[in-house]
Amino acid sequence: MSRLGKTFIFGIFLGIVGAGALTYTVPAVDLHREASLISVQTNGGNAETYRIDLPRDRILVGLPAQEASLPAELKWPGEEVFGNLQAEMFKVRDRNDVVIGVASRLASASEATGPFIEWAVHLPARGTVYLQMDLAPSPEGHRNGVLTAGTRDFETLSGTVIEQFITDLDTEEYDVDGRIELITAFIGPLGDEE
Amino acid sequence: MKYFISLLIGISLGASLFAAGMYFNPFAEQVTVSPLAVSDDEHLDLTFTSVPGESILYTDNGESIINTHPDRVAELWEPAVVDTRVAVILLNDSRGQPAGLGIKFSSDSEQTALINSQALVNSAWHIYIPGEGTMLVDQIENYWAYLREIVIPARWSSGDNWKGSFFRIMTQGPGALGTARVTGGTGNFSGMTSEAVETLTARAYSAIEGPVSMNGSLTITLPQVISEIE
Repeated sequence: MSRLGKTFIFGIFLGIVGAGALTYTVPAVDLHREASLISVQTNGGNAETYRIDLPRDRILVGLPAQEASLPAELKWPGEEVFGNLQAEMFKVRDRNDVVIGVASRLASASEATGPFIEWAVHLPARGTVYLQMDLAPSPEGHRNGVLTAGTRDFETLSGTVIEQFITDLDTEEYDVDGRIELITAFIGPLGDEE
Repeated sequence: MKYFISLLIGISLGASLFAAGMYFNPFAEQVTVSPLAVSDDEHLDLTFTSVPGESILYTDNGESIINTHPDRVAELWEPAVVDTRVAVILLNDSRGQPAGLGIKFSSDSEQTALINSQALVNSAWHIYIPGEGTMLVDQIENYWAYLREIVIPARWSSGDNWKGSFFRIMTQGPGALGTARVTGGTGNFSGMTSEAVETLTARAYSAIEGPVSMNGSLTITLPQVISEIE
């Protein structure tokens, strides 16, 4: 075989190996991560606050009354299918007001199997947390809840959550009238280095 | 110079051969038989549309070929959620009657490894079934077959579309048998842990508008105690 032919064959080999190495080593998906703003609790575990600024973080409001639902032109099935279910969806921010995920909140006061309020908070780079809230607010005005399940980074954790609605905000943002805060306190299983 | 050109052509051909090998990899077939088929437990079968325009709400980063729905829904353009899609879907029972509400969060997975024919998506369903309760379904889906058999052929097609018959089990984990993990929340599902599998049936796709005729199905096993309540 001529030197030209050998160079060509070597090129083919190099192309196969190079493409393989590139595909293997370069990640096809590289999710953006914000630094977690976590504080350590005195009795163990980590505390983290998720914020939802209203109305700017609101994606969906599904109410029994179709005309009260958001966004505009939403065809919400309403009372006929879902009873008095209140479904909401929001963007979720960290303590620095940077969007880090999305969340859904479902609540029903007259569900046949019992009233409920619950959250699913999805943080793309970390996982999802599923939170069940108490129906009655605490004397302090917030609502307590527990972590029912977590996925990926939250899979082995257990803990509690506080949901509070803040109206008197000291902010210069023109599109923020109120804020929902979810303050989580999660702890790893015994023996976990966390 | 001629050696350099020969080397470049060789490298291009080698890279193309590698890409073709990856695309036509005969060992990349996903299973089409549900791992739940051998389960003795009763199943809850939910069907839904996978066409974003037919859902109650669909949003993503606003840059994809798929239009968000309705028009004025907030888009997920922020860096941390730019690879995330959210769909709010009316779930139907096996007779096609409305059965509940499903909110599906889907984010591209960093575990994606195209060399292994894995285009992975982490997804979570937040589900409400009136008269039954609520639950969370956590799953890893593999969209490799969907890309290979629908999206790429549609782009190659002179008409920018694909028509055919496609059926795949999209769920690949996190369960050991390739099933999704289900956690009951309230009502009859309270305290329940079980498994689920999501399938996708497609008949038409447009490279310009996205899914045209597509349906999904979610099969959730109901442990004995829940079945008895039913």
